[in-house]
Amino acid sequence: MTQTSADLIMLFAGVVGLLFLATIAGEILRVRDADGSPVVDTFVTRVHSWWAMVAILALALISGRVAIVVLFAFASFAALREFMTLTQKTRADHWAMVASFYVVLPVQYILIWWGQEGLFTSFIPVYAFLLLPILSMLRGAGASFLSRISETQWALMICVFCASHVPALLVLDIDGYGARNVLLIAFLVLVVQLGDLMEYFAGRRFGRTRVAETISRKTWEGVGCGLAFAVLVGALLAWITPFGVFWSGVYAGIAFLVGVGGALVLAAIKQDRGVQNWGHLIPGQGGFVDQLDSVFFAAPVFFYMTRYFWV
Amino acid sequence: MIRLLAAVTGQILTTFARFITAARADWRGIEPVRKQRIYFANHTSNADMPLIWTVLPPALRRETRPVAAADYWLKSKLRAFAGRDVFKAVLIDRRAEHRTEDPIAKIVEALDEGSSIIIFPEGGRNMTDDPLLPFKAGIFNIATRRPDVDLVPTWVDNISNIMPKGEVIPVPLACTVIFGAPVHLKKDEAMEPFLTRCSDALGALNPAQSGARG
Repeated sequence: MTQTSADLIMLFAGVVGLLFLATIAGEILRVRDADGSPVVDTFVTRVHSWWAMVAILALALISGRVAIVVLFAFASFAALREFMTLTQKTRADHWAMVASFYVVLPVQYILIWWGQEGLFTSFIPVYAFLLLPILSMLRGAGASFLSRISETQWALMICVFCASHVPALLVLDIDGYGARNVLLIAFLVLVVQLGDLMEYFAGRRFGRTRVAETISRKTWEGVGCGLAFAVLVGALLAWITPFGVFWSGVYAGIAFLVGVGGALVLAAIKQDRGVQNWGHLIPGQGGFVDQLDSVFFAAPVFFYMTRYFWV
Repeated sequence: MIRLLAAVTGQILTTFARFITAARADWRGIEPVRKQRIYFANHTSNADMPLIWTVLPPALRRETRPVAAADYWLKSKLRAFAGRDVFKAVLIDRRAEHRTEDPIAKIVEALDEGSSIIIFPEGGRNMTDDPLLPFKAGIFNIATRRPDVDLVPTWVDNISNIMPKGEVIPVPLACTVIFGAPVHLKKDEAMEPFLTRCSDALGALNPAQSGARG
């Protein structure tokens, strides 16, 4: 067994331990709360979803590059489907949308698998950005043309470009880190999601000042606790990163903050479109976008911070 | 052999429909239980019927037969296989001059065998910008003959964006099928008010109408 697999298994054991605690806590809450309040129900459903997500991610991370790229390609597909459901579109956009799903998305992930950094960082922001509006224009443009093409591009940037920067971490050739990049994915996902979780619970408990009054229930107190927790988790996980304890904490904190910003931006979009959730595929959480919004935002920032200072 | 092939084809079809649309049923007015029903739905695309069929739980799906146009479903061997064997459609002839049997009698016969049915009371695909076309008399004639069966309004949302008319490649977008509260023919109710009532019950399920775009 390689060092990487051993580390992954250690990490996995830790997460499974946390999930056991959450499951037991959920069952205790359920026994205590005989009337079956919806909050407890949601919590228990969420814990079940976490089990499934941890299992799938762990399997992919153990299996290696192809499995990881395929997993995130499917997550992108589900997220893009949720996003495009809410964007403005007319018949003229049909080809642009067909191209987004069946050409842009697979090509982006093939480029990631191939490891062509110059290509996968420019493909969507440059080539898709310029070509898709041409397709819509050829089909007759029409009303709200600029808004429509912008929304399609936004959907691709968030759901494909940003999301694909999680598996893109595998491509980085970090000095003295060897082929352990798969651990960086685990690091990023864990610090962001655990920070989110702490932000959620602390915010519900002692939150007072809303970050964005009309958009979300997130509070500065909650974000502060989440940030402290993310930094702590990051520092504790320094052994799986190339950064050292101090910088692991800093990187975890930055990833968490960008993630919170992302969650708020996507909440504002939901509000604009008058929906509660992006989808329904993850029980208790809503859609893929609801679950992964913070990871999507944090991924490119984390990728480039690592790329410029550690490669 | 044909039955096995039909079952496998049906499975592939529902899996494909789920992959493209993440199809979901919203049981707003009824429970997904085994009870005889007439589902009446809006019709904007050829994918409407397979989609309703997909979101029905398997136990209900096995007992539910869509009513479909014979002139469309018998055009080729492949379509006939899909229509007759996979969907077990009640095939009726829309063209009055070619008819050999009364379509309403055929539908009532299917109901009497215990099947639930899916009908599209607009009589054809809606190619206009209006959410619904005026209903044809068919739904009234069925309700008159079997007034006890629940008429369930069934709104198929968003499918026209997945495959706008004239396009062949479907775009993956989330799609919901909303089942409303059942409607019944009242005693001595005339056709016009009944058709309006059915149409309103169906139109009320349209998310675009309530302002929130879903």
